[in-house]
Amino acid sequence: MRGFARFPGACGFARSLRALAAFLLLFVLAFGLRTAQAQEPAGEAAPAFAEAAPQDLAGIVAGMRDADLSGLRASVGALGALGEVEALPVLQALAAGTLNQSASGAMAIRIGPDRFVEAATGEPLEAASLGALKALRINNALRRDIAAVIGGLTLRNEDPAVRRSAAAQMFASPDPANLPLLEEALAGEEDSRVRRLMEQARAAILLRGGSASAEEITQAAGILAARGDRASLGLLNGALASAPEAARPALQEAVAKVRNRLAYWGIGQNVWSGISLGSVLLLAAIGLAITFGVMGVINMAHGEMVMIGAYVTFVVQNLVRTHHPGLFDVSLAIAVPAAFLVTGLVGVAIERGIIRWLYGRPLETLLATWGLSLIIQQGVRSIFGATNQNVGNPSWMSGAFELGGLTITWNRLWILVFALAVFALLLVVLNRTFFGLQMRAVTQNRRMASAMGVRTPWVDALTFGLGSGVAGLAGVALSQIDNVSPNLGQGYIIDSFMVVVFGGVGNLWGALVGAMTLGIANKFLEPYWGAVLAKIAILVFIILFIQYRPRGLFALKGRAAEA
Amino acid sequence: MADWMGLSGRALLAGVLSASLTAGAAFAQEGEPIKVGILHSLSGTMAISETTLKDTMLFLIEKQNAAGGLLGRPLEPVTVDIASDWPLAAELARRLIEVDKVDVVFGCWTSVCRKSVLPVFEELNGLLFYPVQYEGEESQRNVFYTGASPNQQAIPAVDYLMNEEGVERWVLAGTDYVYPQTTNLILERYLKDKGVAAEDILINYTPFGHSDWQTIVSDIVAFGSTGRKTAVVSTINGDANVPFYRELANQGVKAEDIPVVAFSVGEEELSGFDTAPLVGHLAAWNYFMSVDTPENAAFIADWRAFIKDDKRVTNDPMEAHYIGFNLWAKAVEAAGTTDADAVIGAIVGLETPNLTGGVATMLPNHHITKPVLIGEIQDDGQFFVVSETPDLVPGDAWSDFLPGSKDLEADWTDPVNCGNFNTVTKVCGAAAP
Repeated sequence: MRGFARFPGACGFARSLRALAAFLLLFVLAFGLRTAQAQEPAGEAAPAFAEAAPQDLAGIVAGMRDADLSGLRASVGALGALGEVEALPVLQALAAGTLNQSASGAMAIRIGPDRFVEAATGEPLEAASLGALKALRINNALRRDIAAVIGGLTLRNEDPAVRRSAAAQMFASPDPANLPLLEEALAGEEDSRVRRLMEQARAAILLRGGSASAEEITQAAGILAARGDRASLGLLNGALASAPEAARPALQEAVAKVRNRLAYWGIGQNVWSGISLGSVLLLAAIGLAITFGVMGVINMAHGEMVMIGAYVTFVVQNLVRTHHPGLFDVSLAIAVPAAFLVTGLVGVAIERGIIRWLYGRPLETLLATWGLSLIIQQGVRSIFGATNQNVGNPSWMSGAFELGGLTITWNRLWILVFALAVFALLLVVLNRTFFGLQMRAVTQNRRMASAMGVRTPWVDALTFGLGSGVAGLAGVALSQIDNVSPNLGQGYIIDSFMVVVFGGVGNLWGALVGAMTLGIANKFLEPYWGAVLAKIAILVFIILFIQYRPRGLFALKGRAAEA
Repeated sequence: MADWMGLSGRALLAGVLSASLTAGAAFAQEGEPIKVGILHSLSGTMAISETTLKDTMLFLIEKQNAAGGLLGRPLEPVTVDIASDWPLAAELARRLIEVDKVDVVFGCWTSVCRKSVLPVFEELNGLLFYPVQYEGEESQRNVFYTGASPNQQAIPAVDYLMNEEGVERWVLAGTDYVYPQTTNLILERYLKDKGVAAEDILINYTPFGHSDWQTIVSDIVAFGSTGRKTAVVSTINGDANVPFYRELANQGVKAEDIPVVAFSVGEEELSGFDTAPLVGHLAAWNYFMSVDTPENAAFIADWRAFIKDDKRVTNDPMEAHYIGFNLWAKAVEAAGTTDADAVIGAIVGLETPNLTGGVATMLPNHHITKPVLIGEIQDDGQFFVVSETPDLVPGDAWSDFLPGSKDLEADWTDPVNCGNFNTVTKVCGAAAP
């Protein structure tokens, strides 16, 4: 129960609200709850109620019914003039799209599925009694206004985190009108982190305002140079044109300083993007490094295994959503083994059904698996439909964090971790397990292995299943950054072959180095040449490279190479 | 790269997969059925968008048949699958007209598809209704463009950003093919005419199906941090949009800071992902499912009943087919025959209500009048209309902002009767770029 305070005065339309308010007052008094502000007695007429601009909360909220965007804009402004405790819930609801007007005449804030409170009073409302609801819609300009007003209202909040976000908001949309408010808050601020943000916000406002003295601007330039991000650079650049002559050197110096810092971090950002792209390539290619690299099967349906893995993720996530919504954040962890098993079994089936008849005939294998890839695509399209499927990002994979001047997105970071984990696991399986030993034996010398009692057909099937299963794992990861559609695999098949051929056929380390090299090279070329040319350049580079080293970066040597 | 592979691969199998699905039984009308060709991709990259349009046509035909057909004759759909393979599209268009003897064809999505089938329709004198927004710079006697031309989508969207959001710096991001290239050419010219400096425009192209947007989104953020309002005009097509928007959301690019206005993202595309992080980004279309008119409500209800899915969305190209189909039906009734020449003669000037409360008129240049709506993405995958042109905008075949085409007009009525009439030299067919 929220301690709402101010009651509507005697305006005609607010009679029912007044009754509610009287009830609320009784309630509040009876239970001794803390109310935020002193209130007028419920029945008393408010003095000289202005028709044009209702200034109390209930009046403003009621005025938002059927308001157009400019009307809502005025309401937001009026709410900003009220106190934080009163106006904040309504503003936040409006921003979040949870403020509804109901057919019954109430303005209701949705606080949960089928749970509503009256916007002005915080009184719980019976969902059934509301009738048809219509959410109030806002546009970008209004969203900016609301954020700015909320920032202004919460500058003096008790919680430092709220004050920080308020100051950050002031920095993001510097408005000279907020300067007195900000300086007042700054004077009373004790938390050093909030203080620093507020000082930055003040600097932003001074630079944006255009009426600051040279001394103030010099000081502001220093503060922003220390902050040193792109937003600061924008503000400094913007101020350069209109600044007084005396402040110009300080501004120029600050701009140069921030530029240098950004250029330095820019290289880091490119490396990070490259590693991230490399990890995606590695995931996509590592299964192929087994089926093509180790077994020598040109598997054009490899991309479709990735796609099936992504669809398994989709199905698992849907099941989790419907049966155990609380487990949504771990749905990916459930999808990982499921995708591995499903695609692994599909892989075994493909090997047993098609590929084993075609060993030693690469052209036929290529055509057969290509045809298979089209059949799988169309099959998935028939079952799930041609449209993209919605695979959600769990909360721990959304958003980004700043590391110095780098912006690192969580989903990319986790995919990198996942790729390296899969890679390490695969190395262990190949080099440290009995199955791995058999697998290596069969690929190095099939007849000898067979003579030693290894059931080569089963090793073939399991190896192909392993490669396909790993491709399915890649699908789980890719569902987080790409479309889950029947075309998903096509986008990766060529890249995967490039990585394996470049890295060296038959070598997992080659796949790792190849993927990272191609990823980073791509990301360093892209800013200069554009995405299209960068990709072409990489392809040309690989073609030339293969001329000199036909077996790739890490060529197998000795008897293994003959297999 | 993957697409070359995919496309040629599909070419191989297209013959196998593209079985002509002759669906829909004729009802009780008398007479020989009128055949309606449906030429869309039901497999391959474009299936994601075009399958819905095939269903829309079946839906419209079923409705027309239930209402007694046309000229007292039933309509019969002839569906082919062009498998996202454009040379195959030309072959299948020829087959539809020569072998199946269809009276009209509704189809294509991409401009390259339209360009591939265009010579066939010209040669065999068929009729094609093309339902998707496109780059303009074309008007052909046998083709009716029921989607938006650039002046019905791109230009009003840029105007909105410039006037309402105060945008001064522009990123024109697109997929690397003819529609984004031409649209961006027009927009660049238009922006420069409006006084935008060359260094305030960043043009960026990406391959089809591009999935790693880290660098480009970082570039956009960098470009947008000069302290002046920046917006992205996106002609990114198809599958590449989901990873693009995901990267935007993850890197924290909010619509309040750098809005993205898209010309190829509609309700259907948004149904594939969680739109909560995208709230406030924009799209410009001539129809939104959220438009509140009785016609639209009825259309959505009928469509959902037909497709047996009460969550199915509607989108702009569907409305374009709805308008195109109704205009063709009216023209056939006016001409009293399905003969191509008679229909071409009768259709110009005909009107039919669109779904947003206006009227679509077939213009002499074979484009139609449309309202232009700008919508902001909401968290339920729908659009909230934030701007609507006060009047209907007539489609312009030849852009007024490109030096090569600003003097050209298309007029398929007498006395001009040509698709590229030069209003300065008064010669037909001159100075086509």
